[in-house]
Amino acid sequence: MSNSTRNRLEATAGIAVALGAAAIGAVAAKLQEGRSSDDAPGRTARRSFGKHAVTGRTVTIRKPRAELFAFWRDFTNLPAIMENVEKIAIKDAAKGLAVWTIKAPAGRTVEVETTIVREDEGQLIAWRSVEGSQIETEGRVTFENAPGNRGTRVTLIIAYKPPAGDLGRAAAKLFLREPAVQARHDLKRFKAFMETGEITTSARRREGTRAAKQMEAA
Amino acid sequence: MRALTWHGSKDVRVETVDDPEIVNPRDAIIKVTSTAICGSDLHLYDGVIPGVKSGDVLGHEFMGEVVETGAGSSLRKGQRVVVPFTISCGGCFHCAIEQYSCCENSNPAEKQDMSATLYGHPMAGLFGYSHLTGGYSGGQAEYVRVPYSDVGPIGVPDHLDDEKVLFLSDILPTGWMGAENADIGPDDTVAVWGCGPVGLFAVQSAIVMGAAKVIAIDHYPHRLELARKMGAEIINFRETNVREALMEMSGGIGVDAVIDAVGMEAHGFAVDNMLDVVKQKVGVGADRASALKQALLAVRSGGRVSIPGVYGGMTDKFPLGALMEKGLQVRTGQTHVQKYTKPLLEKIEDGTLDTTFLISHRLPLEDAANGYRNFKEQQDTWTKVVLKPGMEH
Repeated sequence: MSNSTRNRLEATAGIAVALGAAAIGAVAAKLQEGRSSDDAPGRTARRSFGKHAVTGRTVTIRKPRAELFAFWRDFTNLPAIMENVEKIAIKDAAKGLAVWTIKAPAGRTVEVETTIVREDEGQLIAWRSVEGSQIETEGRVTFENAPGNRGTRVTLIIAYKPPAGDLGRAAAKLFLREPAVQARHDLKRFKAFMETGEITTSARRREGTRAAKQMEAA
Repeated sequence: MRALTWHGSKDVRVETVDDPEIVNPRDAIIKVTSTAICGSDLHLYDGVIPGVKSGDVLGHEFMGEVVETGAGSSLRKGQRVVVPFTISCGGCFHCAIEQYSCCENSNPAEKQDMSATLYGHPMAGLFGYSHLTGGYSGGQAEYVRVPYSDVGPIGVPDHLDDEKVLFLSDILPTGWMGAENADIGPDDTVAVWGCGPVGLFAVQSAIVMGAAKVIAIDHYPHRLELARKMGAEIINFRETNVREALMEMSGGIGVDAVIDAVGMEAHGFAVDNMLDVVKQKVGVGADRASALKQALLAVRSGGRVSIPGVYGGMTDKFPLGALMEKGLQVRTGQTHVQKYTKPLLEKIEDGTLDTTFLISHRLPLEDAANGYRNFKEQQDTWTKVVLKPGMEH
């Protein structure tokens, strides 16, 4: 299989996982028709995927793949690096069910339950909100070895569908505002935390950090 | 604590602000004993660097005593340290290859967007130098929170006074890297634009590196005199046609390497520079790059161009053709300070490098605003201002 074919399939598969069953057909078709000329990941294309907002981002982290995978696999670690996620509680470890508490405007929060839809040890974790969630969101993170001793390439793809209902919409505006920005910041914080053991902050005092502000608003 | 804060163009004040505290495990708190005003602080003072907010504490050249350490700091209380102006995590790809000023983690994730938009990639964190570089509180203060304190600060022996080692924080490594980037060989003639602190240290470094001839260019007689004392030949651009002079002084070949230690607020009489002055004033963001433009024309074909001078945006009428057609090599960047502190401290200890000649004024921190004004307005004689918290008026 040529590199470009593999990349194209990889891009298609990635979006498909990220979007879930309902959207696969339409998105895959669009990918087919638009993706014949270059080897770039589908998420960098200059067009949209129907009603779904899809964003993706890659960072290289100077740490072994297994270590990064282990951190991400424990969803309770993620609020430390994720924008507007206050808490993630494991509801049923065996079934991969987790409940995300997401900050909403006016001091409110909204809960989203997700299920792990795919997990390849050391390589990939994909999750999706369960049926009936106020926010329909999906995510997929992949880990692959970077060349030489550069560590691991981590790719995060997030997809969501603008939700119904006032609270859902308001929460989505915050949680999912500019998903590209969110994914970028989340990955950068992940990288900083894994490479330095800290979430970088320029705050002069503890109350000025992002985490402290999150607690305050909660 | 007392600290020098920015409030707008030409408006800096010493105010009382909250003391810093340990926020992350690898932090240390430094009680500042000496801190300097940098030529690049004047770009902030003049309001030509974007992303500065009212109340920001300025200053990125400082040293002092460790008074508090986080669990992950390698420093110990009471230790005397000089702190690099570049904040570097020590764990990312760029830190691993000693490109410390390209650190990927020291600028907080949520602060990286602005510089990433401007430059294609985010800048590293720097102390006291706008929110483009993280929005860190700077060193012109009584206390500073120093992140990643196990990577940056260098311990200094007690027998070396503050004034002998303070400039390891920025301008000495910056002048040294400026000369190193010019790739100087023993037969080379090297021209340095700007006899401010970085230019003077670049002159000194070029001589230490064995250049056959170093030519310093400025228009302030006192600063030119300092360059001459170090062994440079000098050109006053108010009195002399610089390019013609450089051709004659290099045997008609052109200088082998040029160092632009001026940066974005160059003085000069060329028409395009006057135009750039106007554009900068009305805020359409043109860097005044007349020194660099002149340097690109003066350097010999196949020569080297080193740019330690600070630029922040775009410039017009850049002589791109000269760059390509003459086959020039360009090296530049914020200084990878942590790479140079140890070898340069050794050169200070064995007497190869002396930095104290530069200091013209010592002021209490309380007089910092006064220091900025004079450093800006009396550049000939105010060559370097060192501020000392707690010093008597």
